[in-house]
Amino acid sequence: MTKAAVFRAEGIGKSYPGVRANDDVSFSVGSGRIHALLGENGAGKSTLVKMIYGLVRPDDGRMLLNGQPHDPSDPRAARAAGVAMVFQHFSLFDALTVAENIALGMENPPPRRELAERIRKVSHDFGLPLNPARRVVTLSAGERQRVEIIRCLLQDPRLLIMDEPTSVLTPQEADLLFATLRKLADQGTAILYISHKLDEIRTHCDSATILRHGKVVDSCNPRDHSARELAAMMVGGEMRVIDRSGRNAGDVLLRLSNLSLPAPTAEGTALKNIALTLHAGEILGIGGVAGNGQEELLAALSGELRSAPGTVVLEGDDLGGAGPETRRKAGLLAAPEDRLGHAAVPDFSLTENTLLTAGPRKGLVRNGLIDNAAARRFAQDVIREFDVRTPGPHTAARALSGGNLQKFVIGREVMQAPRVLVVNQPTWGVDAGAAAAVRQSLLDLARSGAGVIVISQDLDELIELSDRFCALNEGRLSDPRPTEGLTLDEIGLMLGGAHGMEVAQI
Amino acid sequence: MIDPLSVFLLLLAAATPILFAALGELIVERAGVLNLGVEGMMITGALAGFAAAHATGSPIIGFVAAAIAGAATAMIFAALTQFLLANQVASGLALTLFGLGLAALFGKPLEGIKAPPMTPGPFRVNWIVWLGLLMVPVVWWFLNRTRPGLILRGVGENHDAAHALGYSVRGVRIAAIGFGGAMAGIGGAFISIATVLQWTEGMTAGAGWIALAIVVFSNWSAPGVLAGAWLFGGVTVLQLRLQAAGVDVPVQLLSMAPYLATIFVLVLISARQKYSRRAGGTAPGSLGQNFHALR
Repeated sequence: MTKAAVFRAEGIGKSYPGVRANDDVSFSVGSGRIHALLGENGAGKSTLVKMIYGLVRPDDGRMLLNGQPHDPSDPRAARAAGVAMVFQHFSLFDALTVAENIALGMENPPPRRELAERIRKVSHDFGLPLNPARRVVTLSAGERQRVEIIRCLLQDPRLLIMDEPTSVLTPQEADLLFATLRKLADQGTAILYISHKLDEIRTHCDSATILRHGKVVDSCNPRDHSARELAAMMVGGEMRVIDRSGRNAGDVLLRLSNLSLPAPTAEGTALKNIALTLHAGEILGIGGVAGNGQEELLAALSGELRSAPGTVVLEGDDLGGAGPETRRKAGLLAAPEDRLGHAAVPDFSLTENTLLTAGPRKGLVRNGLIDNAAARRFAQDVIREFDVRTPGPHTAARALSGGNLQKFVIGREVMQAPRVLVVNQPTWGVDAGAAAAVRQSLLDLARSGAGVIVISQDLDELIELSDRFCALNEGRLSDPRPTEGLTLDEIGLMLGGAHGMEVAQI
Repeated sequence: MIDPLSVFLLLLAAATPILFAALGELIVERAGVLNLGVEGMMITGALAGFAAAHATGSPIIGFVAAAIAGAATAMIFAALTQFLLANQVASGLALTLFGLGLAALFGKPLEGIKAPPMTPGPFRVNWIVWLGLLMVPVVWWFLNRTRPGLILRGVGENHDAAHALGYSVRGVRIAAIGFGGAMAGIGGAFISIATVLQWTEGMTAGAGWIALAIVVFSNWSAPGVLAGAWLFGGVTVLQLRLQAAGVDVPVQLLSMAPYLATIFVLVLISARQKYSRRAGGTAPGSLGQNFHALR
């Protein structure tokens, strides 16, 4: 079955100083098809879609939309031509209402009342109910994405671009999204889909183009290949197999009991009566949709938030009221989610960034003075052991790509030989190769007898890594269940279901 | 015997300079820019307005010149922050110091001259006062009911998202900064042309700072700005009456009163508001941050 190509790229190229972001990229997306764009971080996917959406102009090659030359000078021109895009980082305005957000994404929005009516109707038709008068800041991640999708749908796009749309959704929400996309495709819209989640692409996409170092290396029907084969095409070699062997649960290392904390900020989540035990050699996975207390739990463990005596006990040491430095000395380390700004200071060099957490355990500070040579050595060790691609330890943290900086901040904690390491979203926005390296390092750390707590929204990751699994929902932690034998569906239900979404009915 | 109507009309006049300046700054901050140079733009407007009114004999031309001078001063700030990406706080402070010094220098020859008379409007109150009051609903309507107003709020709330949707963050901000400068200039000229009726060095006397405070405590809303300006105007009128009545309080304390009372009341009000965005606080999300498109 051949369908007319809605979008065609022919020999697209784009250079930035020192980098060839896209080189001779050609592919086409047919009407009613969901086409996947696959590649590691830095493979040139986002540059490519930015060109289609008019945020960046290509240097050479040409694009065709419905057979017409497509060369938008800005996103408005692209929207007028029938291209719509849902961004990876939501491009929403928190303080504005749903209707105002949608109006900002349209060329000629109808009057307020009429727009509100259309939002109600379209969102209901697609089974994604939305109240146009709600302020976006009060919406959940899934609801925010609905806003973006409805914003696109109201413009009857010919080509819809989705950049990693499911990274913040529960499995049920993701299924609902795909049902909606399929319905849209059946109406003739072409969909360009970017994701790291290979299983998702295999299940839902009709065709795929694989990019590596800015070039098209392959195109295929993803249904005919295993996730492993797809990953191999992306990285251009065999994926490392995760090795889970050689770990035995030992004595209790960390015990949390009756840990309750009020919400630290007005937007935060209160922690309610958290209890858990972590054994030596164990990896405990904590899943949940963002905003259900993940950041607060990490802060309560790292010492950024202090709690009542007896609530955090590490090997008999009561650390409830202790600050981060005391906890680090005792062996309780943490790597927060936000690598640029929380885990690392963007303008500090890697050497300076190692000092921030590794000072006490690695003896990098003597008599109040920094031992620069030792700090540099430790930074170099981390760079070497964790294969951080950077010119050297003098490089500023902000100059590293997301995956490399993530390897660095995880490596900085792992190489301090912690008793317990807590990580939040260890592979968020990190490409497959770097993610595998980070996960393996956590497994190796557990094998050496430490305890690891992995907080993540990536359920595949949690299943791959953890021995036991808990769900964090509105600041409450469920009882742990052994990961073995747990299905994605069961986990989804543990996370609190699909937040009232229903499958589209037209 | 105090006639309530005449007191209210005096209050309106006393509130007018900061009402103009604060409405202008409200638009600037809603676009995500923090311009601390309000005082500098006001004093520039006060001098340019007075000079033009004196030279032409027409106060109207004076106010037009004040708006142009205020906007021109603001463009220095726009060039520094929008093109050279200079720090907004430092640039704004520098603008205030620059404006005060420049006006003092060029104002020397004008000292001691009387302003040309103005034809009063309804209730024998200056037309500019009524224009200021009219600007409150106009600014509100622009922000909340028009598409350019929506785009301006979007730019101030999340400049990255606005850019991704194809709006010109820099263009919107420069326009807003220019409007803020023009409004501050008119506010300053009202002091020299319509209130004091002559030029004096440093005559804006901190009104620009009060305008800045009012914008924040009004929770970035036009009606809130009006309330703050009236409060300041009311206490000003009251303390002048007390001074005239010869009350046994040091005059310095009385002169302080409008500033103290405004800050005090506004702090009380805002302490009760939750400063949470979820609860309805409206501090623009990108306020004070420079935007640089990565291309």
